[in-house]
Amino acid sequence: MQTDDNTLALAAAGGDAGAFATLIERQYDRLFRLCFRLTGSQAEAEDLCQDICAALPAKLGGFRAEASFTTWVYRICVNAAHDRRRRAATHARAAEGWGDWELNRRAADEQSEEALDWLTTAMRHLPADLRDTLALVLDDMTHAQTAEILGVSEGTISWRISQAKKNLASLHKEDTV
Amino acid sequence: MTDDLDDLKSLMNRATPRPDAARKRENIALAQKNFADLQGSRDGMRPTSDRPKTGFISGVRTMLNALTSRAGLTASTAIVAVGFIALLPQTQDLMPRSPSAPPPSVVLKQQPPTTSPAPALAQGAAPAPQMELQAQDYAVTAPAAATRMRVQGDAASGMVMPEPPILLPEANTESFANAEANPVKITAEDPVSTFSIDVDTASYAVIRNALTSGQMPPADAVRIEEMINYFPYDYAAPADGAAFRPTVTLNQTPWNPDTQLLQIGIEGAALEVENRPPLNLVFLIDTSGSMQNADKLPLLKQSFRLMLGQLRPEDQIAIVTYAGSAGQVLAPTPASDRSTILNALENLEAGGSTAGQAGLQQAYATAAKMAKDGEVSRVILATDGDFNVGLSNPEALKDYIADQRDTGTYLSVLGFGRGNLDDATMQALAQNGNGTAAYIDTLSEAQKVLVDQLSGALFPIADDVKIQVEFNPATVAEYRLIGYETRALRREDFNNDAVDAGDIGAGHQVTALYEVTPVGSPAILNDDLRYATEPARTESDELAFLRLRYKAPGASDSTLIETPIVQTNATDPTFAAAIAGFGQLLRDGSYTGDWSYADAIALATRTKGDDPFGYRTEAIQLMRLAQSLSVQ
Repeated sequence: MQTDDNTLALAAAGGDAGAFATLIERQYDRLFRLCFRLTGSQAEAEDLCQDICAALPAKLGGFRAEASFTTWVYRICVNAAHDRRRRAATHARAAEGWGDWELNRRAADEQSEEALDWLTTAMRHLPADLRDTLALVLDDMTHAQTAEILGVSEGTISWRISQAKKNLASLHKEDTV
Repeated sequence: MTDDLDDLKSLMNRATPRPDAARKRENIALAQKNFADLQGSRDGMRPTSDRPKTGFISGVRTMLNALTSRAGLTASTAIVAVGFIALLPQTQDLMPRSPSAPPPSVVLKQQPPTTSPAPALAQGAAPAPQMELQAQDYAVTAPAAATRMRVQGDAASGMVMPEPPILLPEANTESFANAEANPVKITAEDPVSTFSIDVDTASYAVIRNALTSGQMPPADAVRIEEMINYFPYDYAAPADGAAFRPTVTLNQTPWNPDTQLLQIGIEGAALEVENRPPLNLVFLIDTSGSMQNADKLPLLKQSFRLMLGQLRPEDQIAIVTYAGSAGQVLAPTPASDRSTILNALENLEAGGSTAGQAGLQQAYATAAKMAKDGEVSRVILATDGDFNVGLSNPEALKDYIADQRDTGTYLSVLGFGRGNLDDATMQALAQNGNGTAAYIDTLSEAQKVLVDQLSGALFPIADDVKIQVEFNPATVAEYRLIGYETRALRREDFNNDAVDAGDIGAGHQVTALYEVTPVGSPAILNDDLRYATEPARTESDELAFLRLRYKAPGASDSTLIETPIVQTNATDPTFAAAIAGFGQLLRDGSYTGDWSYADAIALATRTKGDDPFGYRTEAIQLMRLAQSLSVQ
């Protein structure tokens, strides 16, 4: 008795709490997976999921089923990740020279970063646009869908993928030399 | 996509961790809370915390957060007072329906089959597995709290963003105790089913509250056995001297023509009202700030006033409150001194945080002082479930309650209000304290629990009641216990008197339903194994064998009742089946096939019977609400 996501999302947009509960329950793991690939850290991904969960109800009002729900919600993910990065950057600037507590906290962050395996670390070193593109394509999105989510042309996606591959390859070389 | 991308993809798949279950639950709860908050007022929002739209509500919250002075207190009190006046008429509408009534209701306790309690440890061993369950519950909330603090910390460090982040309207902190639905078992492989009884009804009231406020209840809030046990059924009363007696019937399954429902009903002996022992009641009342709402403290006062009318002059009442610090509001007073008790009740006011542990300790100490031989002592804890101060060590609290249980003081938990109802903690407290948990959402529910079923709620007639059913593989191919997920016992624990189980009160009824698939039925879900040896077939054509164990109150050795269940022709479905089906639809409906709310309504209407108190009519209303809500 699986109702498809678009129907559920439309019902939820109309105020059906049950539909919303089912939808979020069903989508959460996928969203988390994408969030992890966008951020490269479990803790960051959980926090990003929290942002998305908090804002999704309000966003849903704008869902018109023009695109598939997955495409639509992935776009929200990517935008939320952008906002989060921007905020982190501002925060990092503001926090510079902020006393031992902050320094220690960031040192701890860096340590856990080191513990991440090569791939996720490498992903994090990619420029943001390449990383977003790669994350989506690795998540079984076609180039066309990825283009739709990111709001760029399909050609751009193909170009970015090849760039990302080049970058990863050179990172890999550095690492293994 | 190219080949090396595929490599990358599989690498990535391996590197991607599973989402943290606790965070997941927390985040989903947050989403649902925001969803609920949003109904009625929608405007676009970016999924970020840096540009809040300052609406009226968050403006007020910001103001209240900023004000800590006397002015703030005055303002908040004034706002609460306004809310109060606005809400009160609603409470009046919820008023009663009819006085004095019969039974089904409250009691509980069980343990998930985790550790193996050594039989030699006797009483000390029993609560151990429950403790673990609770430890998990708290583990779930702890990181969530940490996250909230971290978000707040970011905001506070904030030259960068002076506004409070929007994504943390107080997260809905409700938590519910539940487990995966019981699976279908193959009789040949696993013929024995063991569980503890549960006369609790809190789940039904929570479901009613959700549905009447226009929302489908969370699936975890649905405990089917508590829904079934909410209703009185027409079971044979036990013979003189017996504590209770099982009634077993076999009915047609409404949602599957090829299976049958085995209904096991137990009715506890009713207590002769004139002969009941005197009661010592300690009301332990949560007066923390969260109890302000009209459906909390005010409803609680009304409820206890109703109950007072049922007590007799020799009964004694004391009131202990807890909020910030615990205190005795009313020293033990005979129930005949109504005006003193009512005054004390009336003067209760909500404010402060919740020091649950200190409150419980004081309540038990008071109960110990009141106790005399031949009297029944009970602590009645009324709370919205918030135990946020003094719970530095939840396990110590459970240990404490379990210790007190051994002194013979019972504990009942009454839940009020929604929003931060901690159903899981309530269940655990009542289970550890040999008590009952009920959820009071309306005055008519208070009437049912505290007036109509008072004797059942307050006078235990059997402790640690366990049921074990052994199915006969020659007649039953598969079976499935409907509900009782949180009450499962291990097979060997049935005979272990050290293992705690549910208690049954005077006049209580307990109903358990098994969906059984007869041998040769087309509804059998599991195919025969090709390589397994043929299971030993008995000649017996009995359906199953029912074993029941219970202890007389206070006794440490259990009594065994055994009855074979013989095959009979399946009769028409009962009202209990309609409720069981309804509960399954609310949970997930994986076994109910095409059976729908409409079928549940039709069946319930047909089998409603007498329904002198209107409980069943109300259930049909709820089914209709669920039907409408589910197709929205």
